[in-house]
Amino acid sequence: MAFINPKTKEVQIKIVYYGPGRGGKTTNLEYIYSKYDHRIKTEMVSLKTHGDRTLFFDFMPFDIGSVLGYAIKIQLYTVPGQVKYNATRRVVLRGVDGIVFVADATKSVREKNILSLKNLYENLKSYNKSIFKVPLVLQYNKMDLAEQGIPLLSFDRMQKDMNAQLKVPAFPASALTGTNVIHTMKQIIKLTLPSVQQNLKEEVMS
Amino acid sequence: MSYTLEHKQLEAIDDLLQHDLIDMGVTCVLLIDMAGNIIANIDNGKRKHDIYSLAALAAGNFGAVSAMAKIIGEDEFSLLFHKGKKENIHFSRVSDEFLLVSIFGNQVSLGFLRLKVAETIKTIKDLLKTAKKF
Repeated sequence: MAFINPKTKEVQIKIVYYGPGRGGKTTNLEYIYSKYDHRIKTEMVSLKTHGDRTLFFDFMPFDIGSVLGYAIKIQLYTVPGQVKYNATRRVVLRGVDGIVFVADATKSVREKNILSLKNLYENLKSYNKSIFKVPLVLQYNKMDLAEQGIPLLSFDRMQKDMNAQLKVPAFPASALTGTNVIHTMKQIIKLTLPSVQQNLKEEVMS
Repeated sequence: MSYTLEHKQLEAIDDLLQHDLIDMGVTCVLLIDMAGNIIANIDNGKRKHDIYSLAALAAGNFGAVSAMAKIIGEDEFSLLFHKGKKENIHFSRVSDEFLLVSIFGNQVSLGFLRLKVAETIKTIKDLLKTAKKF
């Protein structure tokens, strides 16, 4: 839930990267951090296990400039993807304004994407939010693996699996090489901002 | 969905935190929401913390501890406190949506802090009643 602060002239927006384990959520944030470190004044916070898997979440604040005189602060989070960490996933999802769903396009993990999307639907429901209403962008990650001969699902197949009902923007990407990582982030900000902008206008007018 | 507070509400909260907690020796106070957004932040000017990361971690930590309480059949734990060598941190729920985080040194006793925080929260609750939701 975005917070508009008329005193500090600041808007804080929460974007969560969701998706199955080992899908590339943390790698998305790491790539953004490496490209925009001049705009990110702090270290990226990562709560990881010894095996380098996300245990709780990653967090990174990101300034994107101002709208109507208000500085927009985007807070990027990831969730742990592994099925067993659902309780912590739900904690991180609280108050979310926009979601990037990072799906793994590797053929062998097709089922995991669908289960994770279903899990997102259920967790949003527990906060009385609908997956059909929350700003959402899909990213089909690991496209770079095709070069190594690893079988991938086609964009059309992924669309049928994940996006047949949602009909939200979707992009093939490679978090490792950075292909479409920034584009995905820009898209989710673009989808999330209009509702906040409308509220800001009301705030500025009042 | 977004929400906002009026300028004068935020001023009143800042004044309250300054007077009730910072002037009593507390190093830094954050009023945050459960999503990890910072509503108010006052410190004694002596040390600068990375408050955005702190708020994100505090909200996550509080959410995790609440979930643990429910697993063992408690509504919530009444005392959430971490003790360090020089600095300590205390969390207190203001309402379902808001959380007060106080960082304080060893010159302030935990009992005194809890008393002051409880008083402060009563007033904050009244001030937050009129948060405008869109």
